Amino acid sequence: MSLDLIIRVGTKLILPFILLFALYVQFHGDFGPGGGFQAGVIAAGMVILAAITFGMDAAKRIAPPRLVEFMVPLGVLIYAGTGVVALLMGRNFLDYSVLGHDPVHARELGIFLVEAGVLVTVSGTMTALFYAFVERGR
Amino acid sequence: MISIVNAALLTLLATVTVAIVRQRSLFGVVILAGAYSFLMASLLIALDAVDVAMTEASVGAGISTVVLLATLHLTRTREAPVRRHNLVALLLSVVVGGALVLGTLALPPFGAADAVIHHHVAPHYLANSVRETGVANVVTSVLADYRGYDTLGETTVIFTAGIGVMLLLRSFRGRRRARDDEDGAQ
Repeated sequence: MSLDLIIRVGTKLILPFILLFALYVQFHGDFGPGGGFQAGVIAAGMVILAAITFGMDAAKRIAPPRLVEFMVPLGVLIYAGTGVVALLMGRNFLDYSVLGHDPVHARELGIFLVEAGVLVTVSGTMTALFYAFVERGR
Repeated sequence: MISIVNAALLTLLATVTVAIVRQRSLFGVVILAGAYSFLMASLLIALDAVDVAMTEASVGAGISTVVLLATLHLTRTREAPVRRHNLVALLLSVVVGGALVLGTLALPPFGAADAVIHHHVAPHYLANSVRETGVANVVTSVLADYRGYDTLGETTVIFTAGIGVMLLLRSFRGRRRARDDEDGAQ
């Protein structure tokens, strides 16, 4: 416990910045490299790092297993739901140009929504996968 | 300059690959595979494919390494005795490898601007992405808008894989035991 002081303090310091970087990758994906997939994996990486350093109980306080398992299908629903909304508004499936007052902003909004869906599913799946492996070993 | 970087990275990649083949300890293999992924990510940055590099670094070197280490913890690492020379396997490897090399020979030259793939829809995306979608990063607009169907499929693949792994590995023991206790109390 006391021998890994540097790892514990170091991890505690960088955990919030990893999550911040994930959010940056997510919301800056319009202008720079990255997007929902990369951001989701980085966010899941934060939970995994917390689990490795502080144990599974700490990780489960950050990301409760029930929430994580809920996120796995939720992201796909957000993504497909965006497409269905476009469908209901009289356009093709996943044609975002009707989601706002003018087509360019609407498509930007559509991209934002589906990227959010990807983030939710990817971060949920990666974390749930890790939980499944670790719980199996107990 | 960039060719020196590429040469160094490719040499390191080849070295790590040989080390993986020669390594008998699976733990060592997992760590070397992580190093391979980081080298691959660096190479992809040198090729200006930053999005793919990011994915390779986070998935290949991060999540995969963790999951493989967890798998090593779950399974035994005893090696089954094998015959030293397996001619069928050698023949199969040579044939498949040869077919792959033959396939690459028919590809357009590496990085060629006049390749067919760069003249189909790519010019339209590059020219009109900002005007049509308001998103400056063409990779994002292609992934999430122009090719939204494909990305929906990808997300569904991740969802399906996650559900599959959870069904196979997740322990439902806690919940079942709670239910058994309930039955016992009744």
